[in-house]
Amino acid sequence: MTPLLDPLAWLILLPLLWATLAFLAADRHGPMLALAGIGGQLLCVIALAGDVASHGSIGHLAGGWAEPLGIRLVADGLSLVMLLLTQGVALTLALYARSYFSQATPPAFWPLTGFLLAGMNALFLSGDLFNLYVTLELVGLAAVGLVAAGGGAAQIAAALRYLLATLVGSGAYLFGVALIYGSYGTVSASLLGSLITSEAPLAVWLAGGLMLTGLLLKTALLPFHFWLPPAHGGAPAPVSALLSALVVKASFYLFLRLWLGPFAALSEALPALAQVPAALGATAILWGSWRAIRADRLKMLVAYSTVAQLGYLFLIFPLLGTGALALQAGILQATAHGLAKAAMFVAAGTLIKVGGSDRVLGVAGAAAHLPVSLFAFALAGVTLMGLPPSGGFLAKWLLIDAALAAGQPWIVVVALSGGLLAGIYVFRVLRLAFRRPTTHDDVPLPQRPAALLEWTAFALAAGSVLIGLGAAPLLALIAGVQP
Amino acid sequence: MSAGLIYAATGCLLFVLGLGGVLLLKALLRRILAFNLMGSGAFLVLVGLAQRDGTPDPVPQAMVLTGIVVAVAATALALTLARRWHALTGREDIARVGDAGSRARRMANDRRKVGR
Repeated sequence: MTPLLDPLAWLILLPLLWATLAFLAADRHGPMLALAGIGGQLLCVIALAGDVASHGSIGHLAGGWAEPLGIRLVADGLSLVMLLLTQGVALTLALYARSYFSQATPPAFWPLTGFLLAGMNALFLSGDLFNLYVTLELVGLAAVGLVAAGGGAAQIAAALRYLLATLVGSGAYLFGVALIYGSYGTVSASLLGSLITSEAPLAVWLAGGLMLTGLLLKTALLPFHFWLPPAHGGAPAPVSALLSALVVKASFYLFLRLWLGPFAALSEALPALAQVPAALGATAILWGSWRAIRADRLKMLVAYSTVAQLGYLFLIFPLLGTGALALQAGILQATAHGLAKAAMFVAAGTLIKVGGSDRVLGVAGAAAHLPVSLFAFALAGVTLMGLPPSGGFLAKWLLIDAALAAGQPWIVVVALSGGLLAGIYVFRVLRLAFRRPTTHDDVPLPQRPAALLEWTAFALAAGSVLIGLGAAPLLALIAGVQP
Repeated sequence: MSAGLIYAATGCLLFVLGLGGVLLLKALLRRILAFNLMGSGAFLVLVGLAQRDGTPDPVPQAMVLTGIVVAVAATALALTLARRWHALTGREDIARVGDAGSRARRMANDRRKVGR
């Protein structure tokens, strides 16, 4: 394929291009540019899917420059799944945001979304540690901008706290990269794997610890979750959905990549290390669910549910040695949760916008006037609880299978109790929604929202359930990944 | 001890000082400065460790240039947000809103903040 038509490069160039145009057009044509741009990106991913399915892994040297000066882009099954999830969710959210912000778009919402997508796509495609640092910062800065887009004091405080957390995280990551370059003279992820296996000085252990901890801070795994609920719960609904569904997955993806690739030798030398993320993940599931059960604002409930669901992603680390099962479980959970959490935030946004109250109690009576949004919320809840046939069910099934195969029954207990706790906070909302509102009958019913607001949420939620039925090609893609 | 190692050791020290500053200081401006110190430390390590055998290596120099651009962008964003925060609330720290406080206070604040 000629370099100019390579979908790998266009996946990064397209969002940069439309984001810049949207910035220059001062948001007038933002929605159209975004929809056209993300549509194009989705086509690029589909074009890429065929190549990856037949070749396993494909690369591209940006501008034809050789390494180490040039930048090498790589795509394999793992990055393809994340790219597909990102463009799919972003396209639906762009449709939602267009109608959600029909009166007034927060300043720079569309350009920032474009830059965020460019950073995420570049992150999924980068093959060297330094370039990954730059993409991490791009994603972080754009996400902080989006959190602040609301403009209120609460949002600014949440954005500042998020910014400081994300800067500390990427600072630690950069320090690790410096130590690694100092030790080996390269930052190529594929070369480092064998280099670290043959010799790992103390500096590399320090680098590994710093980089992985920095990424945990950015993924908001307990005890680093403090910044997430105010940032995700306080932002406008489309932003919350983008952040909770996609952005935290980006740093998780990088954590997983580093764990499987360059730092595989470290976890082999000290197998007990893998229990650390799993133990933190288990605590996150219990603590996040508990906070979601106790939350009194609807979006905080959904945000704490993210803290809990992120925990599942880290349960897979002690099980990775048992074959492809654990990796499939983790990526399927990331995909199903991405779709479900976007649906949940978007449905919650509609419930709050129409109902006029951001409290959990405010959903009372929603079953009567917002049936589609509520159904979307419930369907997304089905995935979070892990009921069949949803994607969440299949992910938990694979996880439990892998845990039994590896002889780690405690993971089974945590996974199942996490599902029960999710049931409690989802049914807490549903039970209220079917209640009669406390107001009197002479209060006029709230206006019906635009159909697009309700049906985008429904499409995302339905996707999170259907992925459980059609997961076979996705699982085959992940099984073919060579770390 | 070669010159490169001295740079790297200084870089480590700066990084730790900066990290401590971001985590422990209260005033936003100081925390932003501390973040810059952290970044400078990492850059010194990157350039210092890579020239152990005496000849400078161009690749980390290019990386540090990129890193400086990123750090400038991050600092600009942080300063803009800090100014906006100051304009809205008249305060110069976000410590009471959360991250230096006890967990219980933080939770109470989560609830209060989103409500505002």
